[in-house]
Amino acid sequence: MALALALPEETLAEAFQPALRIQGLRKAFGARTILDGLDLDVEPGTAVALIGANGAGKSTMLRMLVRLIEPDAGRMTLLGEPVTELAPGALRAFRRRVGIVFQRHNLVGRLSALSNVLHGVQARKSGPGTWLQSLAAAPDRQEALACLAEVGLADRALQRADSLSGGQSQRVAIARMLMQRPEFILADEPDASLDPRSGEEIMDLLYRLAKDKGLTLIVISHRLEHTLRYSDRIVGLADGRITLDKPSRLADPRHLRHFFTGREQDA
Amino acid sequence: MNATPMAVAIPRWDRPNALTFVISVLALAFLFWSFSNVGLSWERMQRGIPALGSIIERMFPPDLERLPQILRSLLITFQMALVGCVLGLILAFPLAILAADGLSPHPVVKHLSRGLIALFRTVPDLVWALLFVIAVGLGPAAGVMAIMVDKIGFAGRFFAEAMEEVDKGPQEALAAMGATRAGLIFSSVVPQALPSFIATSLFSLEKAVRGSVILGLVGAGGIGVELKVAFDLFDYDTAATIIIAVFVLVVLVEQVSNRIRKRLL
Ligand SMILES: Nc1ncnc2c1ncn2[C@@H]1O[C@H](COP(=O)(O)OP(=O)(O)OP(=O)(O)O)[C@@H](O)[C@H]1O
Ligand SMILES: [Mg+2]
Repeated sequence: MALALALPEETLAEAFQPALRIQGLRKAFGARTILDGLDLDVEPGTAVALIGANGAGKSTMLRMLVRLIEPDAGRMTLLGEPVTELAPGALRAFRRRVGIVFQRHNLVGRLSALSNVLHGVQARKSGPGTWLQSLAAAPDRQEALACLAEVGLADRALQRADSLSGGQSQRVAIARMLMQRPEFILADEPDASLDPRSGEEIMDLLYRLAKDKGLTLIVISHRLEHTLRYSDRIVGLADGRITLDKPSRLADPRHLRHFFTGREQDA
Repeated sequence: MNATPMAVAIPRWDRPNALTFVISVLALAFLFWSFSNVGLSWERMQRGIPALGSIIERMFPPDLERLPQILRSLLITFQMALVGCVLGLILAFPLAILAADGLSPHPVVKHLSRGLIALFRTVPDLVWALLFVIAVGLGPAAGVMAIMVDKIGFAGRFFAEAMEEVDKGPQEALAAMGATRAGLIFSSVVPQALPSFIATSLFSLEKAVRGSVILGLVGAGGIGVELKVAFDLFDYDTAATIIIAVFVLVVLVEQVSNRIRKRLL
């Protein structure tokens, strides 16, 4: 109690603001409307699983959050920034705060795991010291090693990325994202190209990291059981809107199947 | 019912259309005309082959008297090729970045760089040598410049292609976190394109060594001058020594370059 009162006022105010607020988000590709006035609020520190059938617009929505795709209409506020209104310079500064994990791991195969992780420092620095672990400043190198240790791969630091297994290489990609010191994590099917076991380990890792660091996480996955186990809240996208929004522990897998298989409605 | 067509009913050849036919006839006619126009004749061949035989006969045994001078020229030739090649490769790299899809800062810059690379590549190195002999005077400096320009054209094109072919995934991941263009290039593009860069560089050096022998003929330094003088003086046994020396150098460079390629790639 006394501790809470001692917190500066801004911190208190921030804690009660959503980490993400989406209002009336709209996107069409040609004549096809993908998102049709979508609204969503996410509390800080929540792990949200975003589900929906193939082509529902999940990836499109995730990419619009950092404006890798431009929305047609709507307002988004992420980490207190009015994302839709940011000028190019401010957008770049904003993107540094958001870590993204892709389905494809996107590592440089010929470089070591450690060099790949080091690349994450480019979110706040530039120059030769950010290109290769051999050239890196000691503190950056140390931090990259610590990030690798967080994903359980400290012993693989100097192994070439293209010699790692699928699960290990996604871990390295996650370590690179941590090196970026993100304040918000977006993950688009981080488990899709992996076998079920490695996939589950990756989902578990992301969830744990988000919880340990108190970060907000939005993760897309097509694997229902993992999705429920490693999220706090489940949000379903269909016909361009949120048609399901529940705490994950209350969600019944039998009522969610249609979000994964197709458009036919369940009871 | 499914009828199997009889083999005889299936035409062996496509029937050419009228345009293809006309173009083929014209091309054939041009080929015949070319043969008659280059002055190749039986009578000349009959005279030429024995003459060549007698030149070769007069080449042996090779005259080793001028060997020290020849080896010195050969060293200069190699050094000229090496320096020209290294300078060319160094300049080709930034030009290739400006010319590569996805890395070039602006379409106008891209097209200008590509134009420059194409110009350097398509004009033969002997022509560059003629120009540089006039510009900087006789001697190896002109040869170095000619080789440099030629290699910018050669390596610039292959460097750019190698950088365009790399996996774009890592670049996207870095761009999404706000990395700079230099960051993308040096941490994703260059490491991926490195094997190709090395292969191109070694091949450039081989080409430069072969090319540098000829440059002396127009006064751009190196062993070519010696060869020209020997032929002008009908000093065929000295010429033979020079040709053998050149042969050994070229083979040596190719061998070493093959070794390096195998070790590194
Ligand atoms: N750049 C684009 N141009 C045109 N159509 C696009 C573009 N990007 C996506 N689409 C279309 O928008 C729809 C939504 O795509 P999106 O990738 O967001 O779906 P998703 O929910 O992520 O699907 P999946 O589960 O298959 O990954 C799809 O029908 C897709 O074909
Ligand atoms: Mg998708």
